[in-house]
Amino acid sequence: MILLFYLLSAIMIICALAVVFSKNPINNVIYLIVCFLAMAGHYILLNAQFLAVVHIIVYTGAIMVLFLFVIMLLNLNKAIILRKSTVTRVSAVITGGVFFLVLLAATRQTFEIHARYPFASDFGLVSGIGKVLFSEFLLPFEISSILFISAMVGALMFGKKDV
Amino acid sequence: MDLTTLIFKTVFLIIILMVTLIVAMYSTYGERKVAAFMQDRRGPNRAGLFGLLQPLADGVKMFMKEEIIPLTANRKLFIIGPSIAMTTALLTGVVIPWGGTLTIGGHEFSLQIADLNIGILYVFAMVSIGVYGIMIGGWASNNKYALLGAIRAASQMISYELAMGMSIIALVLTTGSLSLHDIVAQQHGMHWNIFYQPLGFLIFLTCAFAETNRAPFDLPECETELIGGYHTEYSSMKLGFYLFAEYINMFISSAVVATLYFGGYNMPFIDGLGLSQNTVTLLGTGFFFIKIFSMIFLFMWIRWTLPRFRYDQLMNMGWKGLIPLGIFNILATGIYYFFTELK
Repeated sequence: MILLFYLLSAIMIICALAVVFSKNPINNVIYLIVCFLAMAGHYILLNAQFLAVVHIIVYTGAIMVLFLFVIMLLNLNKAIILRKSTVTRVSAVITGGVFFLVLLAATRQTFEIHARYPFASDFGLVSGIGKVLFSEFLLPFEISSILFISAMVGALMFGKKDV
Repeated sequence: MDLTTLIFKTVFLIIILMVTLIVAMYSTYGERKVAAFMQDRRGPNRAGLFGLLQPLADGVKMFMKEEIIPLTANRKLFIIGPSIAMTTALLTGVVIPWGGTLTIGGHEFSLQIADLNIGILYVFAMVSIGVYGIMIGGWASNNKYALLGAIRAASQMISYELAMGMSIIALVLTTGSLSLHDIVAQQHGMHWNIFYQPLGFLIFLTCAFAETNRAPFDLPECETELIGGYHTEYSSMKLGFYLFAEYINMFISSAVVATLYFGGYNMPFIDGLGLSQNTVTLLGTGFFFIKIFSMIFLFMWIRWTLPRFRYDQLMNMGWKGLIPLGIFNILATGIYYFFTELK
């Protein structure tokens, strides 16, 4: 288990770094996909099968396909070399450095997180998630589902030429 | 998991892999024979008796052909593309319950490799990863026809995944479980889901055709417009992988349809015969394969009967036809169960 954890973490970190440093947009997207798959592996290690599979379906299977799709349509085959002025570069470095400092300070002062729920091995399974979603978090769940259905109907309306 | 179970699972995994490959291999032969029958021809009849060795000859041909990787192609991705297509096609068979339980020497073995409690969603996830095989291969070829084919495949699969999800939600409402093992067990004794979800079945079947890129939805490889679509630049066994993955997908989606809607390995009237449990299991597995082969025949029948859709018709049908129907189906199922549970 520990070995798997480190393996998945290593894959994730390497791929995440490759997303940032790789110059070719298609490679960026593919590294991000591998990164997401490794993240799904982490969910499975936590016994959250449902979350892992939904993560693969939604992020890896739908959103990243759209990313790849757009990049292919725009035909960004060549690596793009961004040319920025010196002022932009210096200000970017300063902003990034300050943000990093803030993050560092914030993580140094974090206290130990206590689990809000007692650990149960079936918590990540469908029934566990369902019970929590439909009792404690019913209102946010219903509101977000209305949001989703309206977005979908909106997409359908865009598709229709003569409404 | 003890050692005997582990050994059994490993052996069973290898058997399922072999069966999948052999069925896919003979599906190519079956496809040509069915096509010949429908067009009043003879079909392959030179290699072996009734042409039964034809798939082997085709395989040898695929391996022996010269392999060409275009100079302008992205080499790595060009090789990764067909590998993804093949891998994801083979991975799906893991969650399908191929039979009941066998008792060998006092041990009970389930004829299912992994009984995930999210079985259906796992199948769904593999299907959604499968599209990368086509997209990456099509893009890496660096050919505009291949790229167009890849883009068509991606948009088609995303559009039909939605409607497929809708039909599965309605099915889950009736079964109350995501595990394929439970879904099959519930359909025991002719309580097949097709009688409870006829509309859902039609939506699912249509989407299964679209997801496997079979005619009348084979626009990604539409040869009159796109030469060969996403595999235009492929040759030798890499092309073979793409073609073979399509047949494996057809086999697996037939198995999924049989599992979800036709009772899986359940046989009608089997309880009255008083057979031993092992016999029932083996007969059930045989019956399951008969269901699968009938579904595969349906796939072929439709391919050689219906003409191909136009691209805008395909999108209209997905977004304006199947998705509203799917939402209606969920609503109707929900209302029905709301009122029957109240009583």
